[in-house]
Parts: sequence; structure tokens; C-alpha cells
Amino acid sequence: MKLTKRVPVREQDPEIRRNNFDEVSFGYNEEEAVAEASRCLNCKKPMCVTDCPVSIDIPGFITQVKSRNFKEAASIIFRSSVLPAVCGRVCPQETQCEGKCILGVKGEAVAIGKLERFIGDWARENNFSIPVVAEPNGFRVAVVGSGPAGLTCAGELASMGYEVTVFEALHKAGGVLEYGIPEFRLPKEKVVKYEVENIRRMGVNIITNAVIGKAGNIDGLLTDEGFDAVFVGTGAGLPQFMNIPGENLNGVLSANEFLTRINLMKAYDDDFDTPVRTGQRVAVVGGGNVAMDAARAALRLGADVTVVYRRSAEELPARAEEVHHAREEGISFMLLTNPLEVLGNDQGWVTGLKCIRMELAEPDDSGRRRPVPVKDSEFIFKTDTVIMSLGTSPNPLIAGTTPNLETDRRGCVKAIDENGTTTREGVFAAGDAVTGSATVILAMGAARKAAKAIDQFIKSKI
Amino acid sequence: MYRIIEKKNIGPEIWQMKVHAPRVAKYAMPGQFVIVITDKKGERIPLTICDYNRKEGWVVIVLQTVGFSTKRMAALNQGEAFADFVGPLGQASLFINEEKEKLKNKRFIFIAGGVGAAPVYPQLKWLAENAVKPDIILGARSKEQLILLDELKEVSENVFIATNDGSAGEKGFVTDVLKKLIDEKPGYYHECVAIGPMIMMKSVADMTRGLGLKTIVSLNTLMIDGTGMCGACRVTVGGKVKFTCVDGPEFDGHEVNFEEAMRRQGMYRKEETESHKCNIDKAVEESHNKKA
Repeated sequence: MKLTKRVPVREQDPEIRRNNFDEVSFGYNEEEAVAEASRCLNCKKPMCVTDCPVSIDIPGFITQVKSRNFKEAASIIFRSSVLPAVCGRVCPQETQCEGKCILGVKGEAVAIGKLERFIGDWARENNFSIPVVAEPNGFRVAVVGSGPAGLTCAGELASMGYEVTVFEALHKAGGVLEYGIPEFRLPKEKVVKYEVENIRRMGVNIITNAVIGKAGNIDGLLTDEGFDAVFVGTGAGLPQFMNIPGENLNGVLSANEFLTRINLMKAYDDDFDTPVRTGQRVAVVGGGNVAMDAARAALRLGADVTVVYRRSAEELPARAEEVHHAREEGISFMLLTNPLEVLGNDQGWVTGLKCIRMELAEPDDSGRRRPVPVKDSEFIFKTDTVIMSLGTSPNPLIAGTTPNLETDRRGCVKAIDENGTTTREGVFAAGDAVTGSATVILAMGAARKAAKAIDQFIKSKI
Repeated sequence: MYRIIEKKNIGPEIWQMKVHAPRVAKYAMPGQFVIVITDKKGERIPLTICDYNRKEGWVVIVLQTVGFSTKRMAALNQGEAFADFVGPLGQASLFINEEKEKLKNKRFIFIAGGVGAAPVYPQLKWLAENAVKPDIILGARSKEQLILLDELKEVSENVFIATNDGSAGEKGFVTDVLKKLIDEKPGYYHECVAIGPMIMMKSVADMTRGLGLKTIVSLNTLMIDGTGMCGACRVTVGGKVKFTCVDGPEFDGHEVNFEEAMRRQGMYRKEETESHKCNIDKAVEESHNKKA
């Protein structure tokens, strides 16, 4: 056993996977998982746990994998996370748990994410779900939104004995796990649906097609519907556009629209009714994980795809693994380039992007070097579809219909402490609704804290 | 699941369905819409709310089956159920926030084209409940396509009819009748509400703009989620980009960029093998072209 190298994970060949929506990574099998687990040094002061937003006992579960006690490993993870098969796939482990692994100093960190995924998948395949131990305590909490934050908060509260009802605006539960992250990174039927069902098995009632802010509001939940507290986990679903000329031409769409058609509505599958169009050439504007998802989805629909990003490769906000996979599959990157205008033909369809070259100046507030235009470097990039992937902000629906719930200038719900307490009594919030678009795991970490705060709030009123 | 309590054929390829959806019924207001999914492979189809009953927990929708997805919807029978039915979505009609006393003195002229009569009905019903009885111009291609006539008569002062083929009422377009009414009584109407195919709303807005008659239209753009998430429904109103699903569906007709809205509506025309809305628009467009 070489300590410096991790057990490689098997993946679909790039040439094959670029033509299908099946999962890219096959994950570890039992032998591979045990071999990888045995690399863990079981540190006395495990830094990996410190850097996990939900503080999973990582050496604890890995030790159980090493000795093939998979059920025990699953129990350990379930104590901190209700979505292991999801997080094992979509967490940016390299900057969290694995980033702090001592093995990473001289070689490769333990593949904690792949091991978590293995256990999450094992639990599903062996029908091992989250045990609920607490007796019902008679209190009721409403959770608005069924994404990572909502599901986590609901699971935590259910395990404390609360009667929890989750309200979801879309027709499927899962939030961004359903509409945002594509099948080839996060299988829907197999993984998302099962982990959502796990929450239901804990006794949580999930009501889909319920748009809080339209079909009732938070005041109503706290009064007429008799909930003792409300958790807001409505995410950041509002797409941003560049506000450049030509953005309303036919063929310009938000990454949210493109991915919702593909992921939630299964537009890539001819059996489903929802249409999607990509044209021959697609330009994806932006460099985050969502941009990579949109680019790779467009590629799978047969388009020639270019990612247009205003900074350099070093600043790409997407996970290194996603950029690597995108490049492997044949996606081009046009870096240090910023669109100025979307160009169209006389029928109003996109024909190209007028762009300008950028160069990097001094670092800005975000600590990244600020891109500035290179004078007289405009050029035209021919394309027939433009997908805007510039980040998202919270939907104003909840804030706009809840008196005394303050938001900041970006529309994010103001949390007045670390536990998601808001300016409105009895209303707690966490995840992207508070931070603006971030990661699944950060939302889950914050939602766990909020669940504890909700418990304290309700108990303090007895 | 959302059970179809009652299904009626109210015109050629036009179906009226009463659907059990208590949460939607409880909060529905005139001007709002729902999104309906037939089954797990279905599209999310936005449809305007035609009527609702909070106590009995039902909502009425009207659909014209000219496209693939609406045909699949209409294939469901009384007693069967839609997989999903979400709403109410969008903003309620602006007049519901007006002072009741002022509203009583306001003379509205409503214009409904084709199945546009469906969303007009709950608005008139609400106004009638608040002692306001507007006039309405009801337009259709021919007599058989005039829907909800009896219901509309009950909640309006005068019903004027226009059909393209002259099989009922005036032969011509709703705009012809509107022009006549305004010529007869200049300045009589304070506000116009026009709902129907985009091209009809555009024609009405173009005509009333010059007359300074405030005109509200209700846009039927492409949509997926209906909650402000995708931006497929974006329209330019008064030079600003708006999302029809959350900022609308009602807008000031004089401010809407209809050319852009109609162009964007056709974005998936090829993919949609014959879609509901586009076909109505196409038919109206053709008859307009013939006229010209």
C-alpha cells in the first residue's frame, strides 16, 4: 500500500460519457473503499472534522469502513448528515476535509468524499436508513424549501421529536439537487429521490407544489396553520443577467432555465414532453460550478461548447474536478474574455457575442485579481446559443411577503447570529437564502445550527 | 394528485375543467394563474385561473387542445387527476387594490379574445361582487369559439361580440368594435383590460395608446417554474426587463415590447410540434394578414 497515492476512482471514458447523461464517476467498490480507508492515519486531532461544515466524525466512519462495518460507518455519518450519497458526490472536499488531511502534505489526501459516497450508496443499496429515536414532543415546525438546507433542518428537527412539514414550490422535492445539478454528477432517481425519501421515513411531511408567499405566507404558517416556528431555506434561485444589449434575443437563456429544463423536466430524454434547444454552438458565460454543469449538459446534447470567463484559469470558481472533467470531455475555455453585447439576426435569433479581451490588475475586494478590459481588443465570437451563468440571488418572494423579515441589499435574509436567527421572531433562515449562492454543504451546516436554535427557541417558550 | 371534478366541452377543442386543489383555491385572486402537469412525463403548462371556490376547494381552468401537451391534458377524464397543479402564481389584477368607492365610478371596457375569456371571467366576477359592472367585447374566429357567454353576461353591463367570419355579432375584430364604441362615446371608458392572443393585445394597445386610454394586458409567455427562477418569461416593459411570472402577468399594454414578446414566445416553436398558444397566434396573425 502506497501511502502517498489514493486508490483511483473508476470513471466513464470521456469519449463515451460526452454522449450520455449517465454518472461520470463509478465510485469505489467494497475492495477499493476498504483499501482507501486503510490509508487514514486516524489522527488524534483530526483536522478534517474541523473543516467539515457538518462536523462528520470522519476518522470514526473511515475506521469502520476499514474493518468492513459499513452499517456502523453509515450510522456515524447519519449522526451529522442526512445526505451522504449527495455530499460524497457534490461537496468541494478538496477545500474542506481533504484539504486539511495530513497525507495531503506529502502525497494525496484520503479520498474522504469518495468514501462518504461509498457509504451513502451502501446504505441505500442495503436499505439502511436514518433511525429516529426521539419521542414526538408535540411541537410543529414549518420548513420552507426542500433543498439541502430545508432537508437538513427537517431531518435534525424530526430526530429531536418535532413534527415537521416541508413546503416545496416545485413538483419534486430536493431543490437545487433536482433542478440544478445534472444527472451525470448526481443521479436523481437513484440518489436524490432516495435521500429525500429518507427524510420522509423520519416522519417529515413534504408538501410539493406549495409556493409559500403565494399560496399562504409565513404569517399564516405561524398563526392559522399553527406552527411553532418557521425555517426559511428557500435558496438562491433568482438568475442574474449581464444587462448588456441583446440579452433578450432568442437563444439567450439563464443557466437556471437550461438546467431546469434538463434536470427537473428531463428535456434530454425524448420520452418527456419539455423541449430544450442548444443549437450548434453554445457559449456559456461564467466560470462557476453551474457554468460547468450547463456547459457539460449542452455538450451532451450535441453542441460545440465554449466557456467564456473574464478572469484566468486560476480564478475559475468551479471545483478543479469539474473543470478537469469539462476539459476532458472537450469543452473549450475562452478565458480573460468578457461579453459586451449579444448579436442577432433580423429574425431576432442569436448569431454571436461581441467580446473584449481582459487582463488582470490588482486584487479586488474578493481577493481575486480584478479583470480590466484591454483597449481596442473587441472581437466577435460566433455562436447560436448563449447561456448566462453569472450566479443567482435569493428569490424575493418570502422577504416580500413577511413583515419584519429584514434582508440586505442583495436580497439575502439577514441572520442576526450564527444560528440563523432572523429579525422576525420565530423565523429562522440558513443556506443560500442567507448567504447568496454557495455550496450544498455550507447550507447544510448552517441549517443544522438553525435546527438547534429552533429547538432552543421553542423550549424557551414553554 | 389533483382530481378533475368536472370536465365540459365548451367549444371546438376547448375544455373546461374543475379541479380539486384546495390550497390554490384558498389563495387564488383574479388575474393569477396556475401551472399544471398532466403526468410525470408532462411539461409544466401555465394556464390562467377561470374560477375558484374557496369553500369547496376547487379551481376551474380552460384549455384549448391544439398542441401536443394540451391534447394530453384534455385526454384526462372526469374522475382522473393531474399529477401536479401549483398556484396561485403571479400578481393579482391591479384593480383589487383600488379604493372600493373610486372603483365603483370607474368605467372599464374588457376585451377577451378566444380563450382569453377564461381569465377575464374571474375579474368581472370580482368586480360584480364589488358593485362594478363593466362592458365587455368578446371576440373569436367564429360563433362556436365564443366561450363563457352566459357567465360573462351575468357579470357585465353590456356584452359586444365580434367574430372574424361574422357568424355572431359584428363581423371583424375586437378592435373594430372598440373603435366604434369609443367613436360613439369618446372619453366614456376610463380603463381597458385586454386578454387574448398576443397579436390581439398588441392591436388593442396600439389603438388605445393614441387615445390615451389606459390598457392592461395579461401576457402568456413561455414559462417553466413560474416563481421567478428561470427567466424564460422575461419581457421588456417600459424599457426594463420584467419576469412575467412574478412581476406580471398583467402589465401596462402601452409599455410592453410586443415584438420582442411575440418573438420570444416562438422560441421553441420547432420543438413544440404545434403548440397551444402559437397556433392561436398564428391563426389570428394569418387572418390579420389576409385583412391587410
